[in-house]
Amino acid sequence: MGNDAHTPDAAASVDFEQVQSTERFQELRKRHRSFVFPMAVAFLLWYFAYVLLADYAVEFMSTKVWGNINVGLILGLLQFISTFAITGWYVSYSNRKLDPIAAEIRNEIEGHEFDKDGNILSGVTK
Amino acid sequence: MIGIATAVDVADLKETTLLNMGIFGLFVAVTMVIVLRASRNNKTAADYYAAGRSFTGSQNGTAIAGDYLSAASFLGITGAIAINGYDGFMYSIGFLVAWLVALLLVAELLRNTGKFTMADVLSFRLKQRPVRIAAAISTLAVCFFYLLAQMAGAGSLISLLLGISDWGGQALVIIVVGALMIMYVLIGGMKGTTWVQIIKAILLIAGAAVMTFWVLAIYGFNLSDLLGGAVQTSGNSNMLNPGLQYGKTETSKLDFMSLALALVLGTAALPHVLMRFYTVPTAKEARKSVVWSIGLIGLFYLFTLVLGYGAAALVGAETIKSAPGGVNSAAPLLAFHLGGPLLLGFISAVAFATILAVVAGLTITAAASFAHDIYASVISKGKADADTEVKVARRTVVVIGVMAILGGIFANGQNVAFLVALAFAVAASANLPTIVYSLFWRRFTTQGAVWSMYGGLGSAIILIAFSPVVSGLKTSMIPGANFAFFPLSNPGIVSIPLAFLLGWLGTVLDKKREDSAKQAEMEVRSLTGVGAEKAVDH
Repeated sequence: MGNDAHTPDAAASVDFEQVQSTERFQELRKRHRSFVFPMAVAFLLWYFAYVLLADYAVEFMSTKVWGNINVGLILGLLQFISTFAITGWYVSYSNRKLDPIAAEIRNEIEGHEFDKDGNILSGVTK
Repeated sequence: MIGIATAVDVADLKETTLLNMGIFGLFVAVTMVIVLRASRNNKTAADYYAAGRSFTGSQNGTAIAGDYLSAASFLGITGAIAINGYDGFMYSIGFLVAWLVALLLVAELLRNTGKFTMADVLSFRLKQRPVRIAAAISTLAVCFFYLLAQMAGAGSLISLLLGISDWGGQALVIIVVGALMIMYVLIGGMKGTTWVQIIKAILLIAGAAVMTFWVLAIYGFNLSDLLGGAVQTSGNSNMLNPGLQYGKTETSKLDFMSLALALVLGTAALPHVLMRFYTVPTAKEARKSVVWSIGLIGLFYLFTLVLGYGAAALVGAETIKSAPGGVNSAAPLLAFHLGGPLLLGFISAVAFATILAVVAGLTITAAASFAHDIYASVISKGKADADTEVKVARRTVVVIGVMAILGGIFANGQNVAFLVALAFAVAASANLPTIVYSLFWRRFTTQGAVWSMYGGLGSAIILIAFSPVVSGLKTSMIPGANFAFFPLSNPGIVSIPLAFLLGWLGTVLDKKREDSAKQAEMEVRSLTGVGAEKAVDH
């Protein structure tokens, strides 16, 4: 099994174009993209806004807020918090909106495979 | 006791060399035994490369944290903050935020589509040969830069422990330590390596937590007082403000942007991190691993803030710079200041295990990529058996290891975090555009992939070669020469957009269309996980 120039063709007999065109798959695709794309744009904008401030607005970032703690440090720590928050948000979104529909499609395809040639999909067939 | 900054006397260090080395040696021996035990189960290629896909999400997440928190994170960032203040903190933030790219756009889709290496995914629906070769070459290049940084870090650390400060002695240290690490990989394989990563991640985070707690306790758990201490010792009130390192000129400001771009886009394109997603049985476990690792890594980077400013306040930038190992010695010196030889021995052992584990992960990735993508798929055209493939992988380990040792000797003395940022820039330029395009852009073609990968890789490496990193400055790798024409020390701001542009251009100019059935298959597989390889039972 060390010579897989091609990916395992366990599901080779499946018509993927047909699956791709089904309404349910399109829905899964839409749900996935409508979450990850805007979120990726949002956190990248927030990150680069922070970097630009640190680079070109040194005065502002150096403003002391409490004791020796300045705006720069607070914004930096907020980057940590936003990263944790987006991670949690994505996990809960995937669990609710993506996993069930993905599992449904997968079971359907793999069930179809079982009926046809009785093979276990995870095995390498050639 | 606020503000009392008793400088660490490096002479004290020499007196305790034996004790430092004893604690250190004990730890290395223990990990070696674990690797030997774990490697008994290395039977198939899936075992050697992907640890039989038998790890759980949380185990793998801890291992990813172990892989990611390299010498750059511990020695490099602590040193960067201790000397350059706030600008060093930028590494922590970039290294962490970058994980969102991996989580949202790459990890699960990749787990569902590939088998062993990054090239499996990139060549899925494009022409096998050219894409696989390009992906393997860029994997080797990224691993080389990353390895070079780790070797330089290992050199700094052991030189500090042994008190060796001359160039030749340090070079010898790098050679011995590097050779030791290569042996470790040859014996252990991926499973042994994964266990070392897990143990090391726990020890590293625990060690950093103890030091963080200790430093904070000295300052009455008042962060503001700690920062004040750092300002007082350094005598520079700008320690807390951005710009100490990068704010000097317009060029250096641009360099900061370039670094920030490379950091945030590099992680999701690092081949050794990508390969870790294959050691779990499902995409859901891959997601769990990323979540777990984001938690651990984030926590650790919060510690580095305290450790960096702690080292600045308690050890002092001057002492750090003049110690053997230079800027990379901030964390071990802080450990020595806090807990004497015992804590120094422990922290150094953890740091060394860190380097060892990361080196192992990197060399395995490089070896797998060469054996699986170039040797098995291209040279022997799929006719090589698994045994030969693993044999080729082991030889590759030796070759890449020797190259990294040589590179490490020249890079000795540079900040490890800075060197790793170069590997990030190369990865983000060579790999990220093709990963993103092939997962999300239906029209993407082989020509686009090849242009983007070679264009990104080539421009990144050429710009590094002709930058002040290699020549032109006193701190360059070749201090005597001057052939630098590129003013920035990180190439990301040029090479990353260029690679994205080339990928787009190569595709729209390509008259050939790719197989739409393959594209459909990749999309369905990536989102649903149909037919993905499951765990191997033993």
